[in-house]
Amino acid sequence: MIHAFQLLGYNLVLDVYSGSIHVVDDLVYAIVERLKEVPRDVALAVLTGDSSSVLSDAAPAVISSDSLPALTENHSFTNNSAWNSNLRHELIDTLSSRYKKSDIEEAMNALLALTYDDKLFCEKDPSEKWCVFNQHQNLSISNDLECDRKHRGIQTDGSESCSRDGGNGVVSQKNHESCAFGKADGAIKALCLNVAHACNLACSYCFAGQGNYKGSQALMPVETGRRAIDFLVEHSAARHYLEVDFFGGEPLLNWPMVKETVAYARSLESKTGKRFRFTLTTNGILIDDDVIDFTNREMDNVVLSLDGRKATHDRFRVDRQGRGSYDTIVPKFQELVRQSTGGTHYVRGTFTHANADFLNDVIHLLELGFTQISMEPVVSPTDMPYALTSDDIVFIKQQYEELASLMIQRRREDRPFTFFHYMIDLEKGPCIYKRIAGCGSGTEYLAVTPTGDLYPCHQLVDNPAFLMGNIWDGITNTALQDTYRHLNLLSRKACRDCWAQLYCSGGCAANAFHTTGDLFGVDENGCELFRKRMECGLAIKAAEVLDV
Amino acid sequence: LRDCQTSCQSVNQAQ
Repeated sequence: MIHAFQLLGYNLVLDVYSGSIHVVDDLVYAIVERLKEVPRDVALAVLTGDSSSVLSDAAPAVISSDSLPALTENHSFTNNSAWNSNLRHELIDTLSSRYKKSDIEEAMNALLALTYDDKLFCEKDPSEKWCVFNQHQNLSISNDLECDRKHRGIQTDGSESCSRDGGNGVVSQKNHESCAFGKADGAIKALCLNVAHACNLACSYCFAGQGNYKGSQALMPVETGRRAIDFLVEHSAARHYLEVDFFGGEPLLNWPMVKETVAYARSLESKTGKRFRFTLTTNGILIDDDVIDFTNREMDNVVLSLDGRKATHDRFRVDRQGRGSYDTIVPKFQELVRQSTGGTHYVRGTFTHANADFLNDVIHLLELGFTQISMEPVVSPTDMPYALTSDDIVFIKQQYEELASLMIQRRREDRPFTFFHYMIDLEKGPCIYKRIAGCGSGTEYLAVTPTGDLYPCHQLVDNPAFLMGNIWDGITNTALQDTYRHLNLLSRKACRDCWAQLYCSGGCAANAFHTTGDLFGVDENGCELFRKRMECGLAIKAAEVLDV
Repeated sequence: LRDCQTSCQSVNQAQ
């Protein structure tokens, strides 16, 4: 599968199943555009011009590459040679009006070299549905991972073979197939501690029901926090890095408990050989010198909730008396960032139908001095007045492109900033396991309520259908856990033809549930925006490389 | 252009 796109003056070609990414000139792009839908052997036939007897894996003499496959008697022949020949002639005729024949041949040879190096026209293996699994012996699913399809022979041809909904009605059979995927040791390595089901703000778009998750207000006792840390260590198997997020509601309402929990976890590090990473998400109201000093010392990341312009922010983020919070929190955030020494911080905003022009909010955050920014589309039922509309989606995609252009411009001016969803690591990104498994919710990551109950994700804590157990008895709803073991890229039918599948890993299950009522559902608007963000992120990478 | 932190899309993460 190939995704070719043009953005911000760059021609990009993404070879989905190898992960290769190429920036190409206009001529090469025109050839790829014409051939991107054809199978590998047809592409080879067209590019070589040897359509009378095309060897699907043999390299023509014109290509110089160390990795060309050896010619053997097992190569298959392409049968529709006349069609291939016509396609080649049609392509050359079309291009000849704009390019010299020698240039066209040179471009085709360059594409041939990439193809023989498995950097273009890579295909999924037809039997295993995933090229990596069959070709590389160092990736052994059978020894390390469970995959129902491999061990139990479950069909992957579109049949509906699984009904793992745990009896709770959160899964529809039509959207998925059975393929469990995850570490066989069942390790839990991350907990989101909802230390406060209470909030000093009353943001109307809050997924947490303005802080108390549609229940009664509660703060997590210190003893529960310590038990949660013990639970995490006990269930972490051989994992070295363990993560604890302090979340809410507003976690600073339970600040002494946060500090004691961190101290307790740190006391276990030398005894257990574990290393804890802590994060904090706050609305900023209660930030003071003590919070700044402690987070600087102990938190690997702090997420600061700020939506942008004052009018934007104060539209939704109000206190219990309906007063906006912008004027209170901005100076506190600026001071926290000014004193920041160790870990990262993100100013994280939400944009809605009311500010689809969110780029202006990003620019405002830059004017305030913030340079690590995240701005996320609201996730809500479609009947909410702030929900994004189909017209908004079109406009937001334009905003994303303008944002990417601004990032390139400011980097060239030596005034760079980061935008969370454009930070694609091409040198040291996630491995194929991680790309298939996704975020790990419900398996290696769980949320803990103030009373110690366990849920698969912080965004599903208000729904009793997702109660998984508690930190004293462990996972008791094993059927639901099994559902989450099946929540991966391989199980999602809708993702199979999507070029971005190995960047989003099937997307956020909680978002899918909130928009479709099905954990395996597809948040169409979310997918469309994600793909645009990936294109923007890749175009920014192209600019970085070509500017050198 | 060979077998990590928990991610929350609301998967740039960096052996």
